[in-house]
Amino acid sequence: MECLKAEGVEHVFGIPGGANLPTYDALYDAGVRHIQCRHEQGAGHAAEGYAKASGRVGVALATSGPGATNLVTPIADAMMDSVPTVFITGQVRTDLLGTDGFQEADVTGITMPVVKHSIMIQDPLQIPEAIHEAFHIARTGRPGPVLVDIPQDLSRADIPYEPVDSVNLPGYQPTTEGNTKQIRLAAKALANSRRPVIYAGGGVINADASKELVELCESDRFPVTCTLMGLGGFPAPHKQWLGMLGMHGTRAANYAMDEADLIVCVGARFDDRITGKLSEFAPRAKFIHIDIDPAEISKNVPAHIPIVGDAKNILPKLTAEYRALETDGSRLDGWSERIHGWQEKYPLGYEDSDDSEIKPQFMVEALYEATGGDAILTSDVGQHQMWAAQYFHFKGPRRWINSGGLGTMGFGLPSAMGAKVARPDDQVVCLAGDGSVIMNIQELATCVTENIPVKTFIMNNGYLGMVRQWQELFWDGRYSSVDMGSSPDWVKLAEAFGAKGMRLEDKGELLDGMKSALAEDGPVVVDVRVTPEENCYPMIPAGQAARDMVG
Amino acid sequence: MGEPGTKEVLNLDELQASTGFRTGRKHILSLLVENTPGVLARISGLFARRGFNIDSLAVGPTDDDSISRITLTVDGANHPIDQVTKQLHKLVNVIKIRDLEPEESVARELALFKISADGDSRGQIMEYTDIFRGRIVDVSKRSMTVEVTGADDKIEAFERAIRPFGLIEMVRTGEVAVSRGRSTT
Repeated sequence: MECLKAEGVEHVFGIPGGANLPTYDALYDAGVRHIQCRHEQGAGHAAEGYAKASGRVGVALATSGPGATNLVTPIADAMMDSVPTVFITGQVRTDLLGTDGFQEADVTGITMPVVKHSIMIQDPLQIPEAIHEAFHIARTGRPGPVLVDIPQDLSRADIPYEPVDSVNLPGYQPTTEGNTKQIRLAAKALANSRRPVIYAGGGVINADASKELVELCESDRFPVTCTLMGLGGFPAPHKQWLGMLGMHGTRAANYAMDEADLIVCVGARFDDRITGKLSEFAPRAKFIHIDIDPAEISKNVPAHIPIVGDAKNILPKLTAEYRALETDGSRLDGWSERIHGWQEKYPLGYEDSDDSEIKPQFMVEALYEATGGDAILTSDVGQHQMWAAQYFHFKGPRRWINSGGLGTMGFGLPSAMGAKVARPDDQVVCLAGDGSVIMNIQELATCVTENIPVKTFIMNNGYLGMVRQWQELFWDGRYSSVDMGSSPDWVKLAEAFGAKGMRLEDKGELLDGMKSALAEDGPVVVDVRVTPEENCYPMIPAGQAARDMVG
Repeated sequence: MGEPGTKEVLNLDELQASTGFRTGRKHILSLLVENTPGVLARISGLFARRGFNIDSLAVGPTDDDSISRITLTVDGANHPIDQVTKQLHKLVNVIKIRDLEPEESVARELALFKISADGDSRGQIMEYTDIFRGRIVDVSKRSMTVEVTGADDKIEAFERAIRPFGLIEMVRTGEVAVSRGRSTT
């Protein structure tokens, strides 16, 4: 426990059990706030939400066996989205290890493919160093989840606590500076390019490099697009902003990538949801790839100018090198015009209802207005997530918290809980789907008990909407197991948990209803009934190219 | 490369993608790893989930108790080697990786061949063993066991030579390698 405090930990999320009793005994009077969750998965996602909202390492605790296996999804999620997290699990006593003891599971083995690193404690004297290493590895380089598994008898051993202030990890030396020659070459390439695009991802947010990104983009009229994870890394209302790219991105962003002659990728990884059909992705472009993880460079798309390092260090150098070249900005006139043409011709839009029915896109716009656009927004996974990405304009980093890589349904509510603990003065809103919110609805009890006033807005269309959309478009409308049938009465459910429940069904009352929900002191669940069969457009069908966008 | 601020023209068309190619040849990767439990599992797990095949693998101690050496061979025709090494580098317990160039390293493997040998063939097998500078390490009424050391092509040549006599079984260690010259691998 002293080790956790030494790392600056103020909040941990978790559930006690037999094998981590010693840790919980130490928590009893440690002065660290423990948020007792209702399911370990909830605790894990809460730790992620905490980390994403604050930039600090999120911590979740669980006992051995089922407690630990319940953490597997959050660990995998944190790995895919590079979230700095430390998971501390109890393990059975060392004399029971390998005997299939009660609540024994080989959690280091189970999680090996989905951790940045894991440490199995074998000697109590090793604990302070291991905890220190875990935090160091979780937060540096490309952030990620680190698991520390502590057998029960070792965690109860009384050891003298000596502060550890250095790490000795010869095999772990992230490159952060960025090669000067490569940066200079990149500046020259930018100066010679006529159709450049800056493509930024979650790495910009992890590096706290949004300001630096804006400076680079504004050093000329470089158009910018962000991935789902990068939203907020560049302020959305901006004349160089193209919107999100990829499967449900804007036409302007995807067409710009398609025609670009130079793409500067900052902290993104050319995921299949971005590239679509790889062989037809940005066929005319050369690539500058800036990333702190060398393994991402040339993994999916070969880079012409790779720069390994921390975006916060590299972007200012690149901006300075570019400015020093004093390039004639007029070479970008044609490109800017072409992009503005796309933006005017293909704005994001939807056909609004002519009665009182609430269109899901309208709901997101209303939520944006009701929150003044200043809230931290979390989401689950599916249509509502994509509509949020399209219609909620993120003005700054760490305001958009969702599960991008793993695509974990049920992520929204627990991560909102974590975000609210990290930033109690901010309004934290969870936009959920009716199909996914139920996957971690138990955390509503945590919100009520621990007094964490998050506001959950359920976009209720009665379907697993995104799956339904695919079945409609690509599987001949054969709706297989997507109708949610008799969902719970969300208002009564909220009330049963001790939260406030509300229902909004009329377009005319939506905004005021949302405002009154946001003004409540405690946790609120709002059931918003939206058009059942609305599709999320535009869309690049899976495995196709930007030019094949539909809708 | 000019100084900052020089207005050199850079033709974007001339930029070449530097990595991600398949080399088409066998690569010997020599790894120094921390001698801690689970290191081998991490490495083999990494290969399995990324779809890389290991052709051979040899593990042993080094002169330092806390460090082990892993030598593995990977086919560069099937995998982009730079991606393999970069993924290996991400493992915290992997300290150093060297991709040993064939011309700048010495590679050896040891193999044991158990061959049917009754009467007539015995002399011929001994002859081949001599030619390949092998050693006979066990003899029974109906078999001989031969030890051969060398690079993998030599082992394979010996195998082809003695196969007609009846190869009962064969064990290979996998290649180990060290760089040529004074510098450490």
